Amino acid sequence: MTRTAGSAGRTGVPMSPPESLADPPRKLARFSPVERFAHRSTAVLVLVLIATGFSLFYQPLALIVGRRPIVEAIHVVAGFLLPVPTFIALLSAEFRADLGHLNRFAPDDWEWLRRRDRRRSSLAVHKFNAGQKLAAACFGAAGVVLFGTGLLLLFPDQLSLSDGVRQGATVVHDATTLALVALLAGHARLAMRHPEARAAMRTGVMDAEYARREYAAWAASEEKE
Amino acid sequence: MTGPDNPDSRPATGTPVGRRVFLGLVALGAAGVAAGGPLSRGFNSLHATVAAHDRTGLSGLIPGGGWRYYTVSNGYPAVDAAAYRLSVKGLVNKPLTLSLADIKALPRTSLVRDFQCVTGWRVPDVHWSGVRLSDVLAAAEVDPSAGAVQFKSFDGVYTECLTMSQAMRSDVLVADTMESAPVTRNHGGPVRMLVAPMYGYKSCKWLSTIRVVPKVIPGYWEHFGYDEDGWVGRSNGRTDEPT
Repeated sequence: MTRTAGSAGRTGVPMSPPESLADPPRKLARFSPVERFAHRSTAVLVLVLIATGFSLFYQPLALIVGRRPIVEAIHVVAGFLLPVPTFIALLSAEFRADLGHLNRFAPDDWEWLRRRDRRRSSLAVHKFNAGQKLAAACFGAAGVVLFGTGLLLLFPDQLSLSDGVRQGATVVHDATTLALVALLAGHARLAMRHPEARAAMRTGVMDAEYARREYAAWAASEEKE
Repeated sequence: MTGPDNPDSRPATGTPVGRRVFLGLVALGAAGVAAGGPLSRGFNSLHATVAAHDRTGLSGLIPGGGWRYYTVSNGYPAVDAAAYRLSVKGLVNKPLTLSLADIKALPRTSLVRDFQCVTGWRVPDVHWSGVRLSDVLAAAEVDPSAGAVQFKSFDGVYTECLTMSQAMRSDVLVADTMESAPVTRNHGGPVRMLVAPMYGYKSCKWLSTIRVVPKVIPGYWEHFGYDEDGWVGRSNGRTDEPT
């Protein structure tokens, strides 16, 4: 798309201020520092939890790592710290606004999920696409379920758990871990294929060209400002 | 930056699918916890089916079924089978130092029992072979003043103890064979205890010493509050099926 002064942009709105070919591509502000801190901290904690968890649970790894008492201690501490970055982020208006975006589905979101040509279509995609909205809900639920069942596993006698509940907590904790690992594999794969998205989470700003392709409606409303 | 002034940021329109998916999945997790018993049995049978055909060992990643391997020291101790010695001492007339060959020369006993851990998991129909503890004690000629038998592990940390009458039961083995193969390092080999009617913690792994003593000496897990008489289904506040 050429950027000559006075020409209409993709949305038909005249671009202002006028841009020349010498200007660097514009960046759109996407994630606040608090949000980026929360994402990075949570990612580190999750990786520690998965590494220590599998060192306790998966025997071939346990045999190599050993050291059960300290591995368990690290796992428990990381588990208790897991919700903290999110709670800190909830104090910020930007994060709460983004949660609102992730929560709401417009009719185009269902279309987006259904269609194989979703990225070539003219569906309206705002700040997050439908896949990201669903993934966020799943990640959030996995975190809550793992934290809750983790507490049950840590204090079975103090909570006077029945045998059945204790077994249930164990099975659900393990099964949710596997589901989370699968979800994270997809998350990492998409991140590898979308370096502009990785940059947006790393720096807080997103390349405007990329945003116009992937989040057209969001980019348009951002560029109105 | 999307904010309160930007129309695109107002999340007032659209169905709250995110919240519904989130709450629905959390509710599913809670239901899974409540359905503990049947759910665990379901995963156990799934795991058994997969593990039977699995050559990779990756079925260890499937939850709910099979063995869990605990150690209270820094790792899983290993000892060379040829160098292994079991020491029988204390209130006995004939202290013994038994090699694996010596153990195999004593009268053999086999058992098939479920193995039940006090944390809840259970492995059905495990085949064990070895020597009855009572036969080992008979060879060492126990002194009449003896009241209990202590077990020590070559991990340097774990100990357990049985009363003399518990020790003389026919279902208490000094086991060197499990599922027709030598007890593996994972499972506490080359020689471990198998106290069949009690929870797994009563069975000392990586056995180094059998020491006959005047009275019961509380073992590793008893110091954390677990019952001395760890009968399956009748102790530790649990109601499991006896093994």
